[in-house]
Amino acid sequence: MGFQMAKDEFNLLLKKLGKSNRIFAPKLYKGAGKFSDTDLVAYGEINYIDDIIFDTKTSFSAKEIVFPINQTMFYFTEEEYREPAIDERGIIIFLRACDIHAFKRLDAIFLENGPYKDNYYEKLRKKVKFFLMECAESFSSCFCVSMNTNRTEEYSVFVRKENDTVFCQVKDNDFLSVFNHYGMTCKDPVPDFVSDNTIQVKIPSDISEKLYNSSMWDEYNQRCIACGRCNISCPTCSCFTVQDIFYRDNPASGERQRVWAGCLIDGFTEMAGGHGFRQSKGDRMRFKAMHKIYDFRRRFGFDMCVGCGRCDDVCPEYISFPGIINKVYETSTEGGE
Amino acid sequence: MAVNVYAPHRAKILNINRQTEIDYTFTLEADVKPLNGQFLEVSVPRVGECPISVSDFGEGYLELTIRRVGKVTNFIHDLKVGDSLFIRGPYGKGFPLAAFLGKRLIIAAGGTGLAPVKSVINNFCRNPGDIDKLDLLAGFKTPADVLFKAELQEWSKKFNVQVTVDKGDSSWSGRVGLITNLVKELTIENTDNTRVIIVGPPLMMKFTALEFINKSIPEKNIWFSFERKMCCGIGKCGHCKIDNTYVCLEGPVINYVQAKRLID
Repeated sequence: MGFQMAKDEFNLLLKKLGKSNRIFAPKLYKGAGKFSDTDLVAYGEINYIDDIIFDTKTSFSAKEIVFPINQTMFYFTEEEYREPAIDERGIIIFLRACDIHAFKRLDAIFLENGPYKDNYYEKLRKKVKFFLMECAESFSSCFCVSMNTNRTEEYSVFVRKENDTVFCQVKDNDFLSVFNHYGMTCKDPVPDFVSDNTIQVKIPSDISEKLYNSSMWDEYNQRCIACGRCNISCPTCSCFTVQDIFYRDNPASGERQRVWAGCLIDGFTEMAGGHGFRQSKGDRMRFKAMHKIYDFRRRFGFDMCVGCGRCDDVCPEYISFPGIINKVYETSTEGGE
Repeated sequence: MAVNVYAPHRAKILNINRQTEIDYTFTLEADVKPLNGQFLEVSVPRVGECPISVSDFGEGYLELTIRRVGKVTNFIHDLKVGDSLFIRGPYGKGFPLAAFLGKRLIIAAGGTGLAPVKSVINNFCRNPGDIDKLDLLAGFKTPADVLFKAELQEWSKKFNVQVTVDKGDSSWSGRVGLITNLVKELTIENTDNTRVIIVGPPLMMKFTALEFINKSIPEKNIWFSFERKMCCGIGKCGHCKIDNTYVCLEGPVINYVQAKRLID
């Protein structure tokens, strides 16, 4: 159902929704960019529609809302333990088609991989409702069309801001009772999805073992500095490490936490005693690339990478992930090497 | 809300057997029924959690052989009888015992690799009629590193048990050299009727398997048990993934046909 309303009225609607929901959207963090005097656009809680940055891709994805960078699993007091309480409110996230697809990847790992569901993820994920934002046009590093993540129907509400007017398409009946009190109904606004990116990739349907020993990975031994920014900015990277801490003021109390981990970062595979695997950065890059465009698909039937291009945006060595995908395609299909 | 799969359970330490300077075997009071070859996530609250294979189990107890190699295991080695460890699991796939029935079983174990197969050997030690024959080839770094000395004695009464060390000393009258040498010396008449388990460091497993393949053992008759960093044990944390295989889910016991294709 379509609704249109003035910005001020939409703000009242947000205020109403905010009573029982935390509302997250791309937001400007002034001066917090990676270079001096630059800004950061990242996810945060918002109160007004003008808080939402519609025209810039966030540096980090929305995954941290349901899979926090650092999450307490248990609080320990001597040998007693308890789970932390969580915010009971719902979670509304403003995000684009690719990022909605990214949640499907996280769901696969946390809820479907193996015999058990991840309780911590599930508890937060159940609360999430997606408010779709559209991309008027592709950002320069995106390749969502090739990854088939440029379109989605998996959202509750679509929101478009045009000057001082907000158009909404409400698909989720849970929200109708709220929207009915604001603005006026109108023809359903139809989201514009990107249908063309400057960057295109081709993904081989099958990858032969020879690719594992291909010299194409050697270049990354030197270029990649194992900073892990690609892992951290990726909306689908889901790896974590579990660690315990104790409080300095009271060593009898402490926490078990999980923190994000990344397969490019030193120590990812290192076991107690120091033995590890994939010591070269080329091997790590190969491992990540295979996970994103092949291994994950063999388990779940669709590729993990959603083509958002954030890894390219943040790489200090200007490594191009779509470039890697295309090299994998060429190496796999030419029968070369 | 469903039970938290990460929640550990307290397990009291009933006994500590100091096998070597750095390997202690802990017997825990626990009502857990693992499969032979499965592992647990073992933790000490406020110190940390780590994956440990179950070395043996029985009615109301579990046995873990833990080497002192890191933060958590260092702490565990300071615990005493009556203290508790916290455990969750068991996780992963164990050894396919049914596939060994009536066969000749050859087990090649390097170092602490003997721990995950100990319960397999004990199982057949109690039921020797279940298999045709059992050979155990165990390798250790030095005589001081030999694990399960009493059990090795016991097993050698029923089975062909060969122990070798990489580097001997004046007290050592046994074999010196690699496990692969012991494999070379084996006479295997009916290769189709033979099953092989190899557990140890990655290079030892690789070259030992090649030695068995040289002796015409079919690849499908060989099993490895992998060791990896496993923070969750349930297919979420990603550390143990090789290709599209999660060692914690599809392993740690993996048939050689699959294992040989896994490239880290």
